[in-house]
Amino acid sequence: MNSLRRFVDKIKPNFEKGGRFAYLQSTFEAFETFLFVPDTVTKKGVHIRDAMDMKRTMIVVVIALLPALLFGMWNTGFQNSLAIGIERALLENFWFGFLKVFPILVVSYVVGLGTEFIFAQIRGHEVNEGYLVSGILIPMVLPVDIPLWMVAVATIFAVIIGKEVFGGTGMNILNPALTARAFLFFAYPTHMSGDLVWIKGLMKGEGIIDGFSGATALGQAAIMEPILNTSGNAMSAMDMFIGTIPGSIGETSGLAILIGALFLVFTGVGSWKIMLSVFAGGAFMGLILNAFGENALMDIPFWHHLMLGGFAFGAVFMATDPVSAAQTGRGKWIYGFLIGFMAIIIRVLNPAFPEGVMLAILLMNVFAPLIDHYVIESHIKRRLRRARVSTNENSI
Amino acid sequence: MSKVIKIRKGLDIKLKGTADKIISKAEPAFSYAVKPIDFPGITPRLAARPDDKVKAGSVLFFDKLRPEIKFTSPVSGVVKAVNRGERRRILEVVVESDGKNESLDFKAGDPNDLSREEVRQKILDAGLWPAIRQRPYAVIARHRNEPKAIFISGFDTSPLAPDMDYIIKGQNSFFQTGINALKKLTRGEVHLSLNSAYPPSDVFTGARGVRIHYFKGPHPAGNPGIQIHHIDPVNKGDMVWYVQPQEVIMIGRLFETGKYDASRTIALTGSEVKKPRYYKVISGTSIESLVAGNVNGGNLRYISGNALTGTRINKIGYLGYYDSQLTVLPEGDHYEMFGWIAPGFRKFSNSHSFPTWLSPGKEYRIDTNLKGGVRPFVLTGDYEKVLPMNIYPMQLLKSILVDDIDKMEALGIYEVGEEDFALCEFVCTSKIEIQSIIRQGIDLMIKELE
Repeated sequence: MNSLRRFVDKIKPNFEKGGRFAYLQSTFEAFETFLFVPDTVTKKGVHIRDAMDMKRTMIVVVIALLPALLFGMWNTGFQNSLAIGIERALLENFWFGFLKVFPILVVSYVVGLGTEFIFAQIRGHEVNEGYLVSGILIPMVLPVDIPLWMVAVATIFAVIIGKEVFGGTGMNILNPALTARAFLFFAYPTHMSGDLVWIKGLMKGEGIIDGFSGATALGQAAIMEPILNTSGNAMSAMDMFIGTIPGSIGETSGLAILIGALFLVFTGVGSWKIMLSVFAGGAFMGLILNAFGENALMDIPFWHHLMLGGFAFGAVFMATDPVSAAQTGRGKWIYGFLIGFMAIIIRVLNPAFPEGVMLAILLMNVFAPLIDHYVIESHIKRRLRRARVSTNENSI
Repeated sequence: MSKVIKIRKGLDIKLKGTADKIISKAEPAFSYAVKPIDFPGITPRLAARPDDKVKAGSVLFFDKLRPEIKFTSPVSGVVKAVNRGERRRILEVVVESDGKNESLDFKAGDPNDLSREEVRQKILDAGLWPAIRQRPYAVIARHRNEPKAIFISGFDTSPLAPDMDYIIKGQNSFFQTGINALKKLTRGEVHLSLNSAYPPSDVFTGARGVRIHYFKGPHPAGNPGIQIHHIDPVNKGDMVWYVQPQEVIMIGRLFETGKYDASRTIALTGSEVKKPRYYKVISGTSIESLVAGNVNGGNLRYISGNALTGTRINKIGYLGYYDSQLTVLPEGDHYEMFGWIAPGFRKFSNSHSFPTWLSPGKEYRIDTNLKGGVRPFVLTGDYEKVLPMNIYPMQLLKSILVDDIDKMEALGIYEVGEEDFALCEFVCTSKIEIQSIIRQGIDLMIKELE
């Protein structure tokens, strides 16, 4: 450790003002602070600080995402093995998926961080940690058959339009990872929806057994077919919960997401208020639709909805993004509930958009400041009432 | 016992180095100082020059805007120096003690027999008025006004805080006289807040003429700002005053003896102190004799006050006017490899992402490292967990940052002092200097409204 520190100290002057590579200062700083927590001490105000910082916060989210990511890699292999009709061992499936998913991850991180570094450089500020999370979220909400260049284009779009134009992490209005997904969804719909994209190899159709369908549960329900799993049997709630169904890389397993959710709630990094209220909103709308039950989609039991598609993933990892969510406690309840509510409405009543969750979250991202505004206004009204009550008391 | 007010939000930061309950004798210090920077919002005008002979109670400087508010020498001796900082701002007026501790005679008198005017004048003359502060704004009380109530917090919950009951032991009579004097200053009530966690000293419980409240909960339950908020909150146009117990005692002594006697008991605390103990000193003392030979090696930070709200001084610096505590902590000017991802068993955090929660009773040696880089506001809901007030902290801070006076007023700027937000600053993931933002907002309010 000391020799590394000595090396960093030795090359540091080159990157400081007047040094040979002074223009690369923020890049150097990013790498340095990645290696070492800096030696800055408190100046004004409190003399001691909580050990928690932005890097730690982001790494907690990344750890929370790992179960879903690892499961997603295995499921990629598993779904593929069903499609081509061969049996593979657990690790073989994982390895197959790893080889498919890893390049997407690499592209997302390299392109995204590259864009971030360039922006930090131009603006002369420190590189923000926000992309550590966005970089893993983006691959997890994409179908595995996505071409890598699309990942790159979407990432650049998300970082620039979703974040940097507003001033970087902490200033953005929309969730950057969902911005990437929405961009692809509307720009390249054939690669983002339908029956073929969710399973590796299905699009090119090589070696696929006859009659195999890679349609997602929502895709099948939307065309009023009974919901089958990829083995051709009726899809059970257990399939949905464990996640052995087709879908975006990280979204299928309710179990893995639940583990991540518990970790986020326990560490206090993710808002349990938002998670709970998204599920409540979704269940509420699901119940209403069940009561009517006009078609196959409306008949999906409300609690199945919470495990299907990107609902759980969106509730736990996307809706809770503190920057784009509502910021007041009360606002979080309203914001979350409306996300769940809207997601199921879009999903069921407009089958062209089975990914209602994405649209619902983006929509509520836009409305979050408005929700906060009204929460704050009512808070101010209550404070004024308190003032009035006390002046009355005093005058008596 | 009356109803206990329970404070649920907050955080007790457990540091190593609590003072043992032993009062040690320290060599009386040679030099003393009064520091204008201890009093936000004043503009000092010098009344004494270097080489002037002074007694305890002689005026060193006064406030330009309110010349009646005087700042007096705590000891007798000679004015040694006026130390100035940037743009010739006066940082400290240093008095060299002659060791005799002679005071000007302000004439003894029972406050019950004096008029409000006479009580006020005596406190102003002796230089004890700055001990009385007010909300709104957390500044020296505007002496021409009358507050709706006066608050005394009988306990301190900040990190390594001195045990108030211990340091006021046996001062029953002075405390009572001090209360009597304060009662003259308001037609409202004098509120005394105590900690329900243990039976408080008879100095407090035996005090007459006060309304006693009991509080229970973590820091900042001991802050007067929090207590005011829960007992009789400050609305627009209201004014309340607050005084610390040791200063109530000084006021009491002034009325009983006619002398300005600024002696007080302080706690020498912190992980780097070899023998953390209590000391009897005079306000404004140089800390040199307290810390010499009594601290560990290495680069240290000396803090007059506690680790959250105290002022940084050097090892021959002077204790602040309001401070009953001196904290010595290790400086954190070192790098830590992968510190942000390592488990961090020796680190303290309010967040469960560090294993602090595994050992709730453990005491920590926390250094002054910032522990991360400064970022924009990102996380939400963290400040709310440590601010037991009906106030939206982040929204208030943002309204200050954009100079929106109406919003600041509506969101509660009148109720807060920077010390109430110290814990928000401590837990802030973005390492924002929240206390100075609050003071910036208060300064703007004073400038615009007064």
